[in-house]
Amino acid sequence: MESIWNNLGLVYALLGAAVAVLLAGAGSAIGVGIAGQAAAGVVTEDPGKFGKVLVMQLLPGTQGLYGLLVGFITLSKIGLLGGGAVQIEPHTGLMIFAACLPIGIVGLISGKYQGQTSAASIGIVAKKPDQFGKAMLFPAMVETYAILALLISFLAVNGVQI
Amino acid sequence: MAVMQMQRVSICALKKDRKAILEELQRMGIMEISQLIEEDESFRKMDTVNARQSFEKSARLADQALAVLDQHVPEKRSLLSGLEGKKPVDQEQFRKVVADKETIMSEAKDLVELNREIAESKAHILKLENQIESLKPWMALDVPMNCEGTAQVTMLLGTMAPGTTLEAVYTLIAEHAPEVEAVDVRMLADDKDAVYLVIFCFRREEGNIQDALRAGGFAKPSQVVNKIPGIARADFEAEKGQLNHRIAEIRTKIEGKASLREGLEMVSDYFRVRADKYGILGTLPQSQRTFIISGYAAKAFVPEIEKAVGDRFDCIIDIEELKEDEEPPVILRNNHFSSSVEGVLESYALPHKGEFDPTTWMSFFYVFFFGMMLSDAAYGAILAAACFVILKKFPHMSEGMRGSVRMFMYCGISTLIWGILFGGYFGNVVEVVSQTFFGKQVAIPPLWFAPLDNPMKLLVYSLAFGLVHLFVGLGIKGYMLIRDGKVLDFFCDVILWYALLIGLILLLMPTDIFASIAQTEIVFPPAVNLLAKALAMIGAVGLVLMSGRDNKNLLLRLAFGAYDLYNVTGWLSDVLSYSRLLALGLATGVIASVINQMAGMAGKSVMGAIMFVVIFVVGHTLNLAINLLGAYVHTNRLQFVEFFGKFYEGGGRAFEPFRSDTKYVTIQESEEGK
Repeated sequence: MESIWNNLGLVYALLGAAVAVLLAGAGSAIGVGIAGQAAAGVVTEDPGKFGKVLVMQLLPGTQGLYGLLVGFITLSKIGLLGGGAVQIEPHTGLMIFAACLPIGIVGLISGKYQGQTSAASIGIVAKKPDQFGKAMLFPAMVETYAILALLISFLAVNGVQI
Repeated sequence: MAVMQMQRVSICALKKDRKAILEELQRMGIMEISQLIEEDESFRKMDTVNARQSFEKSARLADQALAVLDQHVPEKRSLLSGLEGKKPVDQEQFRKVVADKETIMSEAKDLVELNREIAESKAHILKLENQIESLKPWMALDVPMNCEGTAQVTMLLGTMAPGTTLEAVYTLIAEHAPEVEAVDVRMLADDKDAVYLVIFCFRREEGNIQDALRAGGFAKPSQVVNKIPGIARADFEAEKGQLNHRIAEIRTKIEGKASLREGLEMVSDYFRVRADKYGILGTLPQSQRTFIISGYAAKAFVPEIEKAVGDRFDCIIDIEELKEDEEPPVILRNNHFSSSVEGVLESYALPHKGEFDPTTWMSFFYVFFFGMMLSDAAYGAILAAACFVILKKFPHMSEGMRGSVRMFMYCGISTLIWGILFGGYFGNVVEVVSQTFFGKQVAIPPLWFAPLDNPMKLLVYSLAFGLVHLFVGLGIKGYMLIRDGKVLDFFCDVILWYALLIGLILLLMPTDIFASIAQTEIVFPPAVNLLAKALAMIGAVGLVLMSGRDNKNLLLRLAFGAYDLYNVTGWLSDVLSYSRLLALGLATGVIASVINQMAGMAGKSVMGAIMFVVIFVVGHTLNLAINLLGAYVHTNRLQFVEFFGKFYEGGGRAFEPFRSDTKYVTIQESEEGK
């Protein structure tokens, strides 16, 4: 096994995948957690709303999936999945790292805020269940920016030449 | 294909027919009651509040009885029972049950009474258990707790702080009442809360001793029974046993009444419908011999009312077109396919008066975009098949629910088609299985192209689809303006925007930046380039000049015009928003691939195959669920925010007909009723 210093590029790239999955996943965990607390409160009062509030709780869960997606694309790009990692120049590794940053950071922040918005929307569902369609839209607004970040991260990772 | 035209229908008829006419209208359920006339000298309203309340009370009683039955003899329900809808009941059978309503209501009263008895018995048992618990430390006492003692000697019962010893008690007495001749202290029990003492002393010294003990925190027991504790406990236990026995008896009784459920449901609905009828009856202006009922009905259904009411009763039916300032309730009417997304439109807002019903246009884009976001042939097939089975299996589902399920069925078909175009079948399961278990990689080639291989291409297509969607929205706005005769508005707000946007797009297409995104270079002939410049110029100048046309002040007008031109950035962000079509499609595909890869990790063996199946089923169920949710939410968003933002306001009121608004059963019309 050669020294890690000889293959810094791979380390940087792997760090990128880790950041994407880690931060975006943490954001989703926070968001789903916040929304889940509100949802549990509603279900204690009215168990019949379980289905609706569960959907609301799941809305901030997508950031984690987007992080996973970018992480997976990165791993398969640097060949860690099929066995036999490729040799990567340090600057290429850093480029991959940079490409992973948008979904990681935006995923973390938008996940948290989407969770808070979901919790507020769960309040709508609790009082006016027929306004479910509108209530669902507010958290979806927050998610837009996670989708945009995913898109750029994906296109950037895809575009880096190895 | 649109909002149904409404008319005001007023019926003036004889008072003796009023209940029959109301029942007829309620049965048809196609008219929303909204009275025109206020009370005056000759027209008075009847006070029906009492009658209505008594019907509502009866309906409530039946509901309570049903709740009791549900609590003690729950019906077997499957997970999908929410889809079943109301039970259909034959009219003849309904009438028979209702004729017997007195008996059923007295049974309902019994049920509620029995349930109350159970609740009371349970409360009593709880009280007894508390008493038994508090007697526990005194069990060693073999005289009644309120024993007076003898002529000379008295008995004191009480507790002191936990951990107090006998010596400590004697010391306490010796210190505070040294003159006391004789005292006998015994400890009956001790636990973590207190020590339990019985003390014998001379009656004449009782006061001194009590003072001394009180200084040490001595307190009398909170509960004193006038029996020996052991016997008292046995009595309590016996009483508890009796109560439990009684509860069991009542339970059996209630279980024996389980067959009442159907009758109760029908009677409850019967009273509910009558309460509604009396509610309306109370709003009718009535003179000595006649009454008037007025309301909205769809023009297409008016002949039906004329036939059912006009032909059978002596009455005058007056049909009017709506007045300018009247805001009628809204009924949508669309073809079988488009009507399935009516629920989505309703969850945003119904069109206000005179507004275009966008359901038809929306339905095509809705299904198209949904399929693109989910874009996996297998997922689509599963979704479509599941919805199809549900539609077939539960024919009595409520109308709204039916629409939603049908919508998801169409979305599933669209997903199937997109999946075939993009080559996604549970992600890449064919490749993984053939590679892992058969050692030779086989893949189903996509019909169009695989998004993962060429994401930029799909991005360009996504934005192009979005542009079409937005242009259709703007077109609908134009249509509404033309229809209302606002030609100038049509030119300034629609045509100029089309010119500007098309010009800008044509200018953008031959540039390097577009070439690098689309990966093809587009070269237009010079004439087209000139046309593009001209269109963009005309559009921009026109907007600056015309957008602020309501302002007299020229400078202000130009300022507003320039501000409106700035909306071009709004169009840019709207179009970019459609990139989610690509992103969500990729998310489905890539995560499906991750699941397949994990499933295939155990390799080619029996264990590996079992592992594969387990991970495959669990993983794809989760992925389908979360991406279904994502596709649904984001398709709605594209409709509500981007598409509706271009032309739709909404704010209409839903049509709420006067009808048999039942909760448990639907009464099916027999042949002679029609």
